[in-house]
Amino acid sequence: MPSSSTPAPTEPLLQIENLGVRLGGRQVLEGLDLSLESGVLCGLIGENGAGKTTLLRSILGLQRIASGTIRLAGGSVGKARDLVGYVPQKIAFDPQLPLRTRDLVELGLSGRHFGLPWRRRRYQAATKAALAAVGAEHFADQRLGRLSGGQQQRAVIAHALVREPRLLLLDEPLANLDFRSTTSLVQLLGTLVREHGLTVLVTAHDMNPLLPVLDRLVYLVGGRAATGTVDEVVRPDVLSGLYGYPVTVLRHHGRFLVLPDAPDGPGEMRHAGTELPPPSPREEA
Amino acid sequence: MLQALAVDWSAFFADSAVQTALVIGVCAALINASLGVFTLLRGHAFAGHALGDISSAGGAASFLLGISALWGFLGMAWAAALAMAWLGLREARERDLATGIVLGAGLGLTALLLYLAMTTTSASGSTVTVLFGSLFALPPSLAPVVLLLTFGTLCVIVLGYRPLLLIAADADLARAQGIPVALLELVYLLLLGLAAAISAMTVGAILATALLLGPAGAALQLATRPVWAFLLAALLAVLAVVLGILLSWQSYYWFSGTSWPVSFFIVLLTLLEYLGAGLWTAFWGGSTWTTAAPPPSACAEDC
Amino acid sequence: MFANYMLPTWIAASFLALAAGAIGYFTVIRRSVFAAHALPLSAFPGGAAAVLTGIDPMIGLLGFAFLGVVFVQQSSRLGPKDLAIGLLLSSFLALGALLLSLTGAYAPAVYALLFGEVLGIPHRELLPTAAVSLLVLAVTVLSFRPLLLQSAAADLATICGINRAGMEWLFLGLLAIVTATALPVVGTLLVFTLLVAPAAAAQRLSAHPARAFLISIALAELLVWSAIALSYWSNWPLGFFVGTLGAVLFVVLRGGGLLPSPSGIRARLSRRETSWHHGAGPNSGTRPDG
Repeated sequence: MPSSSTPAPTEPLLQIENLGVRLGGRQVLEGLDLSLESGVLCGLIGENGAGKTTLLRSILGLQRIASGTIRLAGGSVGKARDLVGYVPQKIAFDPQLPLRTRDLVELGLSGRHFGLPWRRRRYQAATKAALAAVGAEHFADQRLGRLSGGQQQRAVIAHALVREPRLLLLDEPLANLDFRSTTSLVQLLGTLVREHGLTVLVTAHDMNPLLPVLDRLVYLVGGRAATGTVDEVVRPDVLSGLYGYPVTVLRHHGRFLVLPDAPDGPGEMRHAGTELPPPSPREEA
Repeated sequence: MLQALAVDWSAFFADSAVQTALVIGVCAALINASLGVFTLLRGHAFAGHALGDISSAGGAASFLLGISALWGFLGMAWAAALAMAWLGLREARERDLATGIVLGAGLGLTALLLYLAMTTTSASGSTVTVLFGSLFALPPSLAPVVLLLTFGTLCVIVLGYRPLLLIAADADLARAQGIPVALLELVYLLLLGLAAAISAMTVGAILATALLLGPAGAALQLATRPVWAFLLAALLAVLAVVLGILLSWQSYYWFSGTSWPVSFFIVLLTLLEYLGAGLWTAFWGGSTWTTAAPPPSACAEDC
Repeated sequence: MFANYMLPTWIAASFLALAAGAIGYFTVIRRSVFAAHALPLSAFPGGAAAVLTGIDPMIGLLGFAFLGVVFVQQSSRLGPKDLAIGLLLSSFLALGALLLSLTGAYAPAVYALLFGEVLGIPHRELLPTAAVSLLVLAVTVLSFRPLLLQSAAADLATICGINRAGMEWLFLGLLAIVTATALPVVGTLLVFTLLVAPAAAAQRLSAHPARAFLISIALAELLVWSAIALSYWSNWPLGFFVGTLGAVLFVVLRGGGLLPSPSGIRARLSRRETSWHHGAGPNSGTRPDG
C-alpha cells in the first residue's frame, strides 16, 4: 500500500459516525458509531437480520447509506477500496471448478488486470506470502471445490490478504464450521491482528468462540448498537437498554449466555429449554 | 378485405384437419400446462426443454421406419426421461452440463436420422415436420389415442396431486412423510416425456418448450394458490392453441394464399401470455406463494 | 479428404475451434449452458432471413445473435432466468420457422441451417472467419484473469472492483460472435456441443487454469477435425458426429463419471450432507469416486 495513505497515529483506521441505512423502507441501521484503530480485532455480534451484513456492505461502499459518514484511513469509502479485504458469508466452490487454491489467491491481486501477465513473478511472490499467512500451503495445489469448508474459507481469506489490505471484513466465518476448524480460524484471526498488524472486523451470531481474541465488541440489536470492550457491553443494564426489555447475562467458565428475564425475576429458570437466543424486537426473514 | 377479417366458422369447424388439430392441440395444451407448473416449481426448465428436443430423434426415426409419429416421439422422449432419472436430476450443479451433453447427442442422432429419411425415403419435408410440427397434417386416427393418453395423464395428476406438489416443494419433506419419492419422480418424468411427445406433434419438437413453460410461467405469476395455477395454466394453454389454430387457418386469407405456420402463432401467443402476466403483476401485484427465482445478487445493482 | 474443395472447410474449422474452445472454457465455468444453447437458436432467424432476403448470412446471423445476447442478459428481469431463456429461444425458433416457410425454402437448406454442412463456408468467407476467430481468441486471452475471477466467484470479483454487468456483456458478446461464425458449419442445434463438451472434459483433466484453457482448445480442434473426417468418409451429416463425438469425449474423459451408479449418487449425496453439517475432514482433497 502507498505509505502516503498511512494515517497519523491518532487517526482511527475506520471511523463511522451516526450511520443510518434504509433497505426497502425499513430502517436496518440507526445512529451507529464505531471507531477502530489499527491492530484491533472487533466482533460484530447480532442475530440474523440485525444488520451485520448491511454494515459490512456499507464499509465496502456497496450499500447506499441514508445518513452519517464512513471514513477509511481519513478518506471516503470509494477511494479507499484497496484498504479493505472482504470474505463473504457463503463460500461454496463448484467441485469441478478448474481452479486451485493458489490460482484463486493470485487472482486476488491480478484479477483486475486485463492484458498479458507481465508481472507474474511479483504476483507469485505475493501469493506465496498470503498462502503462508493463512497456513494454506499444504492445499495450495488442490482444486478449490474439493476442499473442506474451513479450507475454502482460508483460501478466500488469502485471496483477500494478497492485496495487503489494512482492514479485513469477515461475514459469519464461523457458521457451518466444526469445533476444530472454528478454533483454528479464531487463532488465525488473532495471529493476523497481533503479528501482521491488521484490523479485523468479524461478524458472528455467537460471540463465545471469538472471546479469546476479541478486543472490541459491537452488539447489534435491530439496527442499533452498543460498542466497547466485552466487559463494557455484555452487561445486563447495557443489553436490556438495547433490547428494550430486561435481559439476564449468565457467565459460565468465561462464556456468556444472554437470556430474556423470566417473568418471576432474574436467574430463575423454569424450563431447561430456555436456552434460546433472546427474541429480537424486529423479526425478519 | 372483409373476407380476411371475418372468420367462416362453419367452414372452420367442418374442416376435418381443423377438427383433428383442435382435439390433439387441446390435449397437448392440457398435459403441458399441468406438467409445466410442476416443472417450473422444481426449476427443471432446461431438462423439460431438452426432453422435447431429444424426442425429435424419435420423430425422425418414425419417418424412417414408417411408424406413427406419436410412438416415435414418445419412445425417444421416454428413453431420454429414463436416462435423466438414471443420471439423477437432483444434482443441480452437474445437471445442466449433463443435460446439455445428452441433448447434444440426441440432436446429433436427429441429424443423422433426418438425413437418412431425406435421402432414402420420399419424405423430403421430414425436417420441418419433425422440428416445427405439422398440426394440420395429423391423421384423424391419432385423435382417440391422444385423448386416451391425456385422460390417463390428467387422472394421474389429480390422484397424485398432493404428493407430487410436496415433492416439487421439498423432496426431503415428502420422504419424511413416507411418500415413495423415487417412484413418483419416475412417474413425473414419464409424464413429462409424454407431454413433450404430444407437444412435439403439435408445435414441433424444438418448439415444445413454449407450450410447456409459457402458460405455466404466466399462471404462476398470477395465481395465488397452487390449484388456481394449474387451472389458469390449462386455460391459457388451451387459449393459445385454439387461437393459434384459428389465426393460422385465417392467415391463408391475409397473405394471398400462403398460410403462416400454426406453431409460430402458438409460440407467439404463449410468449405474449407470459409477458402479459409479467406486466399484470407489475401493475396489480401478483402471487406470493410461488418459488420465484432467487433475487439477483445484491452486488448486481451497485457495481 | 484434403482435396481442393475441402481446404476452406479444414482451415475455417480449425480457426473456429480455436475460438469455440476458448469461449467454451468460460461457458462451462460460468455454468451458462442454457444460455450457450439459446444463443445459436436466437441466431437461427438471422440465417432464415438471409435465405429470404438474400443478404449475407453472416450479417443476419450476427444481428440476431446480438439480439439474443440482449435478451439473455436482460432475461432475469422477465422472471426466473431458465424460464425466460426457454421462452425466448422458442420464440426465436418460431420466428425462424415462419421466415423459412415464407421463403418456401427447400428441405436441404432448412436442414443445413439446423444441422450444419461440411461445405458451409464458401471461399470468400474464409478470411473473415479466420479473422473473427483470432480476434475472439485474442480478446479472451487479454481479459483472461478478470473473466476467470468473475466467472468462478462473482462476489469476490465485485469486491476487487470488476464490473459484473460489463463482464457479462463481454462474455455473451464473444459467445454470440463465435456462435454466428460457427453456425453455418456445425448447425444451429449443435454449435453448443462444440462449445460445451471439450471445455467440460478439459475441466476434469486439469485444475490449472491456463492448462485447462489450452486443453479445451485442443479438444475442440480434435472434435472438429474428427467430425469432418468422419463426415467426409461416411457422407453422413457433420452435426451427427459433432453431437455424438462430443458426448463420447465428455464421458470418456470424465472416466465414465456421467453414468454414476445409484449407490455412487447416494454416497456422494450423503457425503455432501455431512460436509454441510459438520465440515469435511481436514484433508478431504481426494474423492474416491471423483
